[in-house]
Amino acid sequence: MTARSATPPDVVRAIVAQVVDPELPVLTIEDLGILRDVSVGDDGHITVTITPTYSGCPAVEAITDDVRKILATEGFAEVSVRTVLAPAWTTDWMSDAGREKLLAYGIVPPAPLGPRQAHDHKSVRPRSSVVTVALSQRCPRCGSPDTRELSRFGSTACKSLWMCTVCKEPFDHFKAI
Amino acid sequence: MSADSGPAAVSTRQGHASPAQPVSRADLFAYTMRLGDDALVYSARMAEWIAAAPQLEEDVALGNIALDLLGQARTLLTYAGHVEGAGRNEDTLAYMRDERDFVNAQIVELPIGDFGFTVARMLVVSAYQYELYTALTDSTDETLAAIAAKAVKEVDYHRDHATQWTLRLGDGTPESHERMQRGLAELDPYVGELFERDELVQRLVEQEVAVDPGALRDPVLRYVDSVLAEATVARPATDVHHRGGRDGVHTEHLGYLLAEMQYLARSHPGASW
Repeated sequence: MTARSATPPDVVRAIVAQVVDPELPVLTIEDLGILRDVSVGDDGHITVTITPTYSGCPAVEAITDDVRKILATEGFAEVSVRTVLAPAWTTDWMSDAGREKLLAYGIVPPAPLGPRQAHDHKSVRPRSSVVTVALSQRCPRCGSPDTRELSRFGSTACKSLWMCTVCKEPFDHFKAI
Repeated sequence: MSADSGPAAVSTRQGHASPAQPVSRADLFAYTMRLGDDALVYSARMAEWIAAAPQLEEDVALGNIALDLLGQARTLLTYAGHVEGAGRNEDTLAYMRDERDFVNAQIVELPIGDFGFTVARMLVVSAYQYELYTALTDSTDETLAAIAAKAVKEVDYHRDHATQWTLRLGDGTPESHERMQRGLAELDPYVGELFERDELVQRLVEQEVAVDPGALRDPVLRYVDSVLAEATVARPATDVHHRGGRDGVHTEHLGYLLAEMQYLARSHPGASW
């Protein structure tokens, strides 16, 4: 390869940012907010830093492979992919573009957590409340607010399963964490 | 997990009061293994419900909870292997240790029983993990604090799920009420072990690395009891109190669980697919 060491990090980042989440193929890892950093060393070695959405998210390994593959096709062979946990990912890292794509795909995007809750988990939920009141999610197909939660856990760890009582269609909601 | 992922170093946070003595690697390894084994063994039990739960949505829910726990276990065991520095990774630690080397609390290894028992255990263990991980986010060990910050958000959902089911079963039909109450009775002798503190934990608590399990008892039981009261069931007062998991002493059930979990890795070393 030619002098790759001269490649600026933002050029590399633009390539890596095209990688999609295998379980949410409409979202890139940039949309999802799990691409934390891309750096290029003096020797041209690329380090990509990603963070998992959930501890057990099986997509992390697929994404790691996909990052290597897309960089390899662009001629970058010296690549490390790091996984970091801190600061913990929250759904507030998802971009507005990502939220719109998600909704168009039929998955209700997560509601914003707000600055306080996003940074201090201890204040998310008062200890005394036993039953939490979940806000209704608007049906992504017909727009009705008349929906109900079928299960707090959906097709993947990050989603819950809902049903619209008007159009009767089931749909996924990306849980706010 | 790939070789170049995982925590980079055993480092402590800047700004905290420096501990009187440096944290011993052996202590940190042992403590992290307790956290990891709790998550790993409990995950294996929870996964047994997949395709056996009362309804399809529950297969998915318990499968998701098992996956969260497995993810926590993988990160913890990977970190433990790194701290130990003897070349053991998450797989070696999960598959190549015998029963006496496992340091999980006995409560997580008990068979799944019926759905009432499973819900009773999920309520107690998730309430425990919620308080534990919340407190552990303040650990001076950066990696444990980061793992905890991730895990607590997941466990919050588990606790919520257990709460909904406890209310539904306890305050449901006479049969579901009976099963919920019986599950709590079967579970009770194993609850106390979660809150025990030994010398290892004592040292790490002083160094602000570990969470004092004794300090978790009140908040955990307060939460559990508040749910049970609303569900019209109660924790029985049991005199029997089993312990020993942290020292590698287990019920007869763990060996069978490990035999199934470890079979493939031991029969076909290095297998990949």
